[in-house]
Amino acid sequence: MSKNIATRESYGNAVTELGNENENIVVLDADLAAATQSGKFKAAHPERFIDVGIAEQNLLGTAAGLAAAGKVPFVSTFAMFAAGRAFEQIRNMIGYPHLNVKIAATHGGISVGEDGASHQCLEDFGLMRLIPGMVVINPADDVEARAAVKAVADYEGPVYMRFGRLPVPVINDEETYTFEIGKGQVLKEGNDITIIASGLPVGATLEAAEKLKADGIDAEVINMPTIKPIDDELIVESAKKTGKVVTVEEHNCIGGLGGAVAEVITEQNPVPVKRIGINDQFGKSGPAPELLEEFGLDADGIYEQVKEFVS
Amino acid sequence: MNTNELKKTANSIRKSIIEEVYNAKSGHPGGSLSAADLMTVLYFDKMNVNPENPDDPDRDRFVLSKGHAAPVLYATLAEKGYFPKEDLVTLRKPDSYLQGHPDMKHTPGVDMSTGSLGQGVSAAVGMALAGKIDDKDYHVYTLLGDGETEEGQVWEAAMLAGNHKLDNLTLIVDNNNLQIDGTLDEVNSPNPLDKKFEAFNFNVIVVDEGNDVEAISKALDDALAYKEGPTAIILKTTKGKGVSFMEDDAGWHGKAPNEEQYKIAMAELEEEGEAL
Repeated sequence: MSKNIATRESYGNAVTELGNENENIVVLDADLAAATQSGKFKAAHPERFIDVGIAEQNLLGTAAGLAAAGKVPFVSTFAMFAAGRAFEQIRNMIGYPHLNVKIAATHGGISVGEDGASHQCLEDFGLMRLIPGMVVINPADDVEARAAVKAVADYEGPVYMRFGRLPVPVINDEETYTFEIGKGQVLKEGNDITIIASGLPVGATLEAAEKLKADGIDAEVINMPTIKPIDDELIVESAKKTGKVVTVEEHNCIGGLGGAVAEVITEQNPVPVKRIGINDQFGKSGPAPELLEEFGLDADGIYEQVKEFVS
Repeated sequence: MNTNELKKTANSIRKSIIEEVYNAKSGHPGGSLSAADLMTVLYFDKMNVNPENPDDPDRDRFVLSKGHAAPVLYATLAEKGYFPKEDLVTLRKPDSYLQGHPDMKHTPGVDMSTGSLGQGVSAAVGMALAGKIDDKDYHVYTLLGDGETEEGQVWEAAMLAGNHKLDNLTLIVDNNNLQIDGTLDEVNSPNPLDKKFEAFNFNVIVVDEGNDVEAISKALDDALAYKEGPTAIILKTTKGKGVSFMEDDAGWHGKAPNEEQYKIAMAELEEEGEAL
């Protein structure tokens, strides 16, 4: 396994490369260009980089105006301040007119670490999923994040993407991986239970599946990088085979991947569902790996929760 | 258009506003009537727009940041020929493309969806930045309510426009001094607006006769001629202008006339039109 890479870094690299090919791409940030990694684009294409300062409402609003005038704006700030602070600007200025704005929200989830609850966005999938026509993407690793950035540039319409601060292992194969909006991937086939994971915990979910295997539990692991539109065909197909579904995400159990999967399962193929995530709580300060352990999102935590659910 | 033709057009737009709001049985006549003269000068004298090609990438843009004044925007666009005037009476009805607040996806000539206050000015700044990046010479206009300047986002956007010296942006404040809960001073005054915009690096023009087409025309010309940055025009207007019982009365911010009031309003506007 190669070195760990934070998906925010993948975003910065991919959007800078895109900028080389596509003159219409502009990048906006709100005084966080170093943290969000949009600074790479700034260095390469300063004439197409706009730093609006610490003003997220105007950040999203200015992007809407740029899109209305034919540009393809990528907007970077922390997830908390995009989905949270500027929710209504996204809803009314980007979602309602279905403008071609790509929101690249970094620092999602508790893995933000020491900055604590005020900066750990655990609500963004839910908030963004509620906006009609909004695509919501949560890549798991460097390969997926870079592929997703390129895919959304070719898609006409509003997109919300979450990237992480914490360097994570690369689990996808650069040579064979393909990203398609709205499609999940079976990473490991199994017959006893379906585990659907999205974003940062996908790697830990694969490790948990190996531990379950040692206990004689044959788990199917699905990677779900697109939270909306959710891949309902894949979910139902796997649920029919295994009869039990677990979701794993770095988000409130309410409203995000778990909510989306539960909606599909309830309507199309009712089976027992267990949602693993942040159980309607705020986060807290601490080193990211310790927080992931405390909130049950490391391999051992996922293993134990799945084991308990199965029995 | 000469001055008298502009006045006749503004009068026609005012009649359309009353027709729209009366037929919708709701809507915002006060702040629509106060802006009718500005909208006339913009669309019939200043802006480079063509109703036959509403999406022309080189056109001038207009963003109605005070989106609740949709009736004056629709009346102006219909007068200009973007869509039939007969459709104005469908405002706010279930199958109409004329939504309660402007919807760029469904209404020809609407450059930005607005309605949530403070947001349109950000969009206008984005359009002006796009013009700079693409080296185009179109101009962007945005109209704000004076009460709207109580929204913090207005000042976030103004700061960006001033710092980027966006001389292709003209921001106009419909300064009729009334908001829903009363006068600006009674609620939470944003005054002095001229000094605030100056502090945000705008060229500021105060027009005391904000319902006079000649005064408006001169201010817009002066704004275009200023090349050091964006211009803010503070238009001192009368809310409800043109309908005696609506003038200077916050109660007519968001209320439709009944049949009797409708007839009086239309008679007054007819009389004014005939005198021109």
